Amino acid sequence: MATHIPVVKAILSANDAVAAENRAAFDAAGLLAVNLMSSPGAGKTSLILATLERLPPSLRAGVIEGDIASTLDAERIAARNVPVVQINTGGACHLDAPMIRSALSHLPLPDLDLLFIENVGNLVCPAEFDLGAHLRIVVASVPEGHDKPYKYPGMFQKADAVVLNKADLMPYIDFDLSAFQNGLSILRPGIPLFLLSCRTGQGVDEWVGWLTAQLEARRGDHGR
Amino acid sequence: MHELAITQALLSIVLEAAEAAGARQVTAVELTVGALTGYVDDSIRFYFERLSEGTLAEGALLRIRREPGEGRCQTCGGAFPVEPPLLPACPLCGSPDIRIAGGNRCIVERIEVEDGDPHPGGEGHPQRQ
Repeated sequence: MATHIPVVKAILSANDAVAAENRAAFDAAGLLAVNLMSSPGAGKTSLILATLERLPPSLRAGVIEGDIASTLDAERIAARNVPVVQINTGGACHLDAPMIRSALSHLPLPDLDLLFIENVGNLVCPAEFDLGAHLRIVVASVPEGHDKPYKYPGMFQKADAVVLNKADLMPYIDFDLSAFQNGLSILRPGIPLFLLSCRTGQGVDEWVGWLTAQLEARRGDHGR
Repeated sequence: MHELAITQALLSIVLEAAEAAGARQVTAVELTVGALTGYVDDSIRFYFERLSEGTLAEGALLRIRREPGEGRCQTCGGAFPVEPPLLPACPLCGSPDIRIAGGNRCIVERIEVEDGDPHPGGEGHPQRQ
């Protein structure tokens, strides 16, 4: 005979449980973990490199590089003497919490102050999977156009801050900044927005200042 | 593409619940999917059909209830359902000052199973809820 069984379980509850373990590991190490999400080519790796260049020397960063294939990005990071782990998803369009968990044993977590997780380039799937990072940052770029928040609301709705890269191209491209800002304010009122250019360095100091303030605030919360 | 990972997670929740109940077969699965998740129903159905082959859930019917996002206008106070792409302004008064809530959930609400009862419909067998 037929029986109805109430379940009421969020589809990603198994992922979210591992994400919570990851977050606990980051907290225990006293580091700030940052999940960088964007379309391919918006400049996630460039942002990481530009940030590493301007971090106060007292802060040590590590990187988890997510890509469908290749170690190209990880090699660029490793050339800076920064601990880096490459995760190749082999086709999957996002990172998930178990992938991050398996990468953690390859990183000197207690020595790190910041951990950048570069997600797979994609504005849909990465938004769905909590990795355990403390901050989710969406990296958008001027050539992609100002309509991204309207077309990919899920991604922007979950962001803690938005970086708008390639701001140096603004004079050459029909990018309506106020429409972009309006889209953000619909989804995430008051969300910090950083206009910057990894190429020229414009705006990077403001971003790094905000990021290090987030780290200090987190350490303050944890009584460090 | 992310529906594959979503559907794998969905199937494992369904099978876990079915096994815990001692079910013989899962006949239906009820899902609530938020409009802002970006999940495509047909894609979930496609992967579910493939992934459930040879499991208790093979052939189960998926009932997917779409849950709209809700928009609220800060100017006129109006409420309206929201689907991507978002409108840049309130459809009621045209104000750009709107806020979005909800539409991001994806929940397995309940499953319908055939249990191992060898005497279906037999007397004295209470209907379980």
